[in-house]
Amino acid sequence: MAPVPTPSDAARSDAAPSGTVPTDPGAPPALALRGLWKRFGDKIAVSGVDLDVPVGSFFGLVGPNGAGKTTTLSMSTGLLRPDYGQVWVHGQDLWADPPRVKAMLGVLPDGVRLFDRLTGLQLITYSGLLRGMDRDVVAGRAADLLDALDLTADASTLVIDYSAGMTKKIALACALVHAPRLLVLDEPFEAVDPVSAANIREILARYVTTGGGTVIVSSHVMDLVQRMCDHVAVIAAGHVLAAGTVDEVRGDASLEDRFVELVGGRTSGEGLAWLRTS
Amino acid sequence: MVAHLLRLKLTLLRNGLRRSVWQVVGLVVLSLYALGGLAAATAGLVALSLAGPDLIRTVLVLTGSLLVVGWWIVPLVAFGVDSTLDPSRFVTFAIPRRSLLTGLAASGLIGIPGVVTTLLVIAAALTWWHHPVALLVSVPLVPLALATCVVGSRASTTLLAPLMARRRYRELAAAVMILPFMLLGPILNAVMAGVAAGKDVLPTLATTAGWTPMGAVWAAPADAVAGRWGAVAVRVLVAVATLALLVVVWDGALGRALVTATTAGSGSGRARGRGLGAFGRLPGTPVGAVVARSLIYWRRDPRYAKALVVVPLIPLVMVVSSGGSRGGMLLAAGPLVALVLGWSISADVAYDGTAFWTHVATPLDGRADRAGRLIAAAMIGVPTVIALITVSVAVAGRWDLLPALLGASLGLLLTAYGGASVVSARVVYPVAKPEDNPFTSQQGGSIAAVVSQLLGWGAVLGLSLPELVLGGVAAGIHSVLLGVVTLVVGVGCGTVVAVLGVRIGGRALDTGAPDLLARMVSFG
Repeated sequence: MAPVPTPSDAARSDAAPSGTVPTDPGAPPALALRGLWKRFGDKIAVSGVDLDVPVGSFFGLVGPNGAGKTTTLSMSTGLLRPDYGQVWVHGQDLWADPPRVKAMLGVLPDGVRLFDRLTGLQLITYSGLLRGMDRDVVAGRAADLLDALDLTADASTLVIDYSAGMTKKIALACALVHAPRLLVLDEPFEAVDPVSAANIREILARYVTTGGGTVIVSSHVMDLVQRMCDHVAVIAAGHVLAAGTVDEVRGDASLEDRFVELVGGRTSGEGLAWLRTS
Repeated sequence: MVAHLLRLKLTLLRNGLRRSVWQVVGLVVLSLYALGGLAAATAGLVALSLAGPDLIRTVLVLTGSLLVVGWWIVPLVAFGVDSTLDPSRFVTFAIPRRSLLTGLAASGLIGIPGVVTTLLVIAAALTWWHHPVALLVSVPLVPLALATCVVGSRASTTLLAPLMARRRYRELAAAVMILPFMLLGPILNAVMAGVAAGKDVLPTLATTAGWTPMGAVWAAPADAVAGRWGAVAVRVLVAVATLALLVVVWDGALGRALVTATTAGSGSGRARGRGLGAFGRLPGTPVGAVVARSLIYWRRDPRYAKALVVVPLIPLVMVVSSGGSRGGMLLAAGPLVALVLGWSISADVAYDGTAFWTHVATPLDGRADRAGRLIAAAMIGVPTVIALITVSVAVAGRWDLLPALLGASLGLLLTAYGGASVVSARVVYPVAKPEDNPFTSQQGGSIAAVVSQLLGWGAVLGLSLPELVLGGVAAGIHSVLLGVVTLVVGVGCGTVVAVLGVRIGGRALDTGAPDLLARMVSFG
């Protein structure tokens, strides 16, 4: 793992021009979190998260329910203001100048609504136009995205009438339409059928290997993360328990076994003796 | 079961208050208002109780009928019925329908309007203390009157909700509501011809109202004083039948609601858009995109349609409340509609709900967000206000007032847009979701909504004073020239306030958008 740059280092090293090769070893990480804290009422959701996501990595964020994954990702994308700490995207402080940094981000949040009275095509167009893109460019990319995600037949259907999986896919299209440098996807495969999931994995893999982008996904499915991602971080109770390349984190075990070992909390299942139909 | 539901409502209220100090403040402010109104009403009833039975009957029947009609209609046009206990949340529990109905009705009395109404109805019943015979009738009728109010509000909102959710019916309903407005002239002529002047009408009106479902319950005690026990029996019968009918209507509508999935695409088949729609016609800029999105929502989202349905209702209410005159009150409808329509975007961000993240995640300038929403609303509001004023001036035959009225109304409209642009960038409160019954207000929502509305309306009226005063003077001295000046001043001042609203609201969004989003996520 590359040495961790301190925020001040990152501040001094100016953003790499968009034309440079992103795997330049001197470039700051695609995403660097420093001492991130968030409290909701009495509950501390995220307590002091430090994390580096190298440029050009396919990064998995795994953790049990309520670990603070969504909160961390929301703070990393400008959707939620951290109580303390900093977020650096390609060397730029997100919360110091949100518009400049948000232009580099593509976001798929979890557990929020979409403007679902728009059709699928309109929603992608809206996302593109809001970011100041040219309408013709948006139109071309929207058609490509609908095609790639197998949504062309439903382009004129209101998003509110989409199934859960289709809704995920259209939200992903909205996150991709402006070709962001950093893609942050919260539970992108939830409710998505296997064929679409494979298509999405391929799109994301190509975007990382040949497009020079960086992808962060959160997921519950260890197997998927182990096969798909090259880096992983395990987060629980608002702390990062382990982070690095997938091989570093899992060692000799499978990622799932290593995860359970790190997080703990397996129960034997004998407690619910009354749970039977007879 | 009923006790369970009541306890649930009280618990929800208490937890809501615990979540935010402002809710407590709002509740206290509203309670003070309610107490003031209650004290005034009680004093009036005490004075009334010393009068003769005829006067008591006239006043109680008329005000009582208004109270009942208010319970039935106000939730449709204004604050919505409290949905703390949303029937659809009980779908998965095996609660007998009868218990659910009783519990929901009883819980409707918890809250400020319920408590105030209960006390008022009791006070009204005791107004007959000089006539013990009447008390024999009025006191037992108290629960009946209360039930008519509460069940009626539930029945009207539950019954009309599915209509409002379906676009085709919504347009039909809007058309039906406009119909009486178009027929206003002939109807008014007939009414005017039928009745003589002013005060003499009221006893007659009370006599008529006393036989209607709204008024029967209030008229029965007077018959007891006169010894007409047959009439008492008929009126009680009317009242009981009314309640029974309301219960049946509500029961039926509730039964349908409980077996209809709430999230399904509102029933009327899958709506499909053609191509890009408004996105293709408006400029391909961020502002243009926001305008296009807002315009689509004005058409497809029932909550926005609700604001438009009110438009034909207001002139109707003005005319009826002025006893059918075609003069001043009708002409006041234009400015009032302008204020209501202008203020309609004050909950715009709250209506977005968590979908607002789309704006927060992009580098969108806050001013572009504000301007886009304002322009979309104005594309609907400005023509509506101009048309309404033209019609009202034509009906009243006062073309000389056209420029002054237009000036005052457009000034109010634009000023309200500006004020609403600031308010909706700073305040969000829980609102009904698009697929919910548009006539519901969310728990705690009504209090925050009412407080922000009271402050906002005050500010808008204050900022519109120049054109309002000028317009008033122009109308008073019949000066068309001054009317034209009003038009210029109104549009000018209104535009300035609207631009300032976009600037100030935009800056508020630039810094506070994530906090608005966080609050809406916490509403769930």
